[in-house]
This record gives sequence, C-alpha cells and structure tokens, in this order.
Amino acid sequence: MASSSSYNSPCAACKFLRRKCLPGCIFSPYFPPEEPQKFINVHKIFGASNVTKLLNELLPHQREDAVNSLAYEAEARVRDPVYGCVGAITFLQRQVERLQKELDAANADLIRYACNEFTPPPPPPPLPIHHNVALRQRPAEFSRRSSMGHGGGGGGFHQTPNFPMPYSLPNWNDHQNPSGDHHYYGGGGGASI
Amino acid sequence: MTSKRFAACKQLRRKCHSDCIFLPYFPPNNPQRFSYVHRIYGASSVGKMLQQVEEHQRGDVADSLYYEAYWRIKDPVYGCVGIITALHEEIYHVQFQLAKVQAQIDLLYQNGVYTFDS
Repeated sequence: MASSSSYNSPCAACKFLRRKCLPGCIFSPYFPPEEPQKFINVHKIFGASNVTKLLNELLPHQREDAVNSLAYEAEARVRDPVYGCVGAITFLQRQVERLQKELDAANADLIRYACNEFTPPPPPPPLPIHHNVALRQRPAEFSRRSSMGHGGGGGGFHQTPNFPMPYSLPNWNDHQNPSGDHHYYGGGGGASI
Repeated sequence: MTSKRFAACKQLRRKCHSDCIFLPYFPPNNPQRFSYVHRIYGASSVGKMLQQVEEHQRGDVADSLYYEAYWRIKDPVYGCVGIITALHEEIYHVQFQLAKVQAQIDLLYQNGVYTFDS
C-alpha cells in the first residue's frame, strides 16, 4: 500500500486540492503522488468530500479496496460518460449468457455422442480466448472477498450472474464504438487497479 | 414551473424550475432514486454529468448513476465493481467447463476416427 506523508511529499489528493498534507490525511495511504490521475478521476466523479465520508464509514482495512473500486468506477465513468461501469456489466452478462448457451449445447452434444446416437462432427475451432475483453483489466487484484457474502459488508451476489437490477440495463449494442470493438478497459493504460 | 417539485429539487430544498435538468430523470414518485445518487455523487456532480452529454443520452446517464449508487450503498467497499469481478469469475468458470466438454467431444471424435479407419 503506497503511502506518503508531509515529510516526503504531499499525497496526490492534497497536491490537487492545494492544501497541506497533514499526518493522518485520510487520502494519503491510497492516493500516492506518483498516481495523480487516480485522484483527479475520483474527485471529478465523486468529489473529495463524498469520498471522505465513504471512507470514514469503513473500517481501515477496507479502505484500500474501497478507494481502488471507486477509482475503477471513476475511470470507467470518465471513459464512458453515459454508462460508466454499467456498460461493462451489460457486456459481461451477455458474454456469460452466450457462453452458458454454448456449454449447454456442448453438453447436449457430448451426451448424444457418448450414447452413439450419431458420429461426432470434426472438432470445432479452438475456443476463443477473450484477450481483448476486460479480463486483463479485471479488478481481481482486490484483496477482497469479505463483501461477497463471506461476512463483510453488503454484497452477497456472487452466487449467480443474475444480479438484481434496480432498472433494466441499456442495450450494449447501442453503445458500440464505430469499429464495433468491445474493448472495455482491454487496451493498455486501462484501470490500473 | 411545475406544481409538483421533482425529487431532486425537493431534496435539495430549492425551487423547481420548469427547465430543471434533473426533473425528467428523478420523478417525485421515486425519491430513493435521487437520494442514492445524491449521497454517492453529490448534486452538482450529477448535474455536470447530465449536462456533458446529449439530451437523448441523459436518461441512460441517470439510470446508470442510480445503478452504481445503489450498489455502492449496498456494498460500500466494492460497489458494482464487485459485480464485474464476479462476472469475470463466472466467465472463467464457464469457459473452463466448456473447454473440458470440448476436450471430451474431441476424444470421442478421435475414437470414432480410429474405429472408421480399422
């Protein structure tokens, strides 16, 4: 966990806010001066005072993950002012649905072949590995699991991809870029979490 | 001026003008919607985010902000990023299962080829 203090240099937050970075600054452990963009994004979307409130409501050991997830959401919102993270969620949910259908079809074929109902066709092409999808940018570096139904605060939705939505999600296809690429955070310089 | 103050203006305790940017997206019959968004983002951030997009996109902006605020309140540590992580894990799991089944089908095919050649 990067840390800065007024003895070295001000944290990225205090630098941006042009204030003295005091010992005990709530931002300094999570917004090192080497990563100014992280705080810029978070401040732009959430506001410093809202972030302070959010962090104050959490236990100290939860704050790093909270800041990183806020930074991720903020960057997503800066990149996509209309859908933010929700665009990625829509895309990933559709991918899960597609893969599940493929799996169901493959299982059905396997059962048929195993029962010798008919000769299996030539093997299909290799399974595409979705390098260009956000897998490379998956926020799995979070040292998390506590809020995923394992005893932390909130969450508990990891058992199923059918997450309850407060509203019906936007149509991802309306939001493709002109090249049609689904490059959510898959390129270089994505969410550095 | 509308006779019904929209949820945003009601919560902000201000006069609601007919050109209020919030009014189409935060109806008075759903006060929770603006309350969540205000709590996480703040009214001025939301107003700026609505203003920076085309008018036809503002509904989606408001909806996605509400969705993210909802999940941040429900899960203050990970918010909707937790959903993304879980989806990645689900994708990995299903891809793994699919690869296993494909390998079994390939094996059956190979056995079938050997049978035909003999």
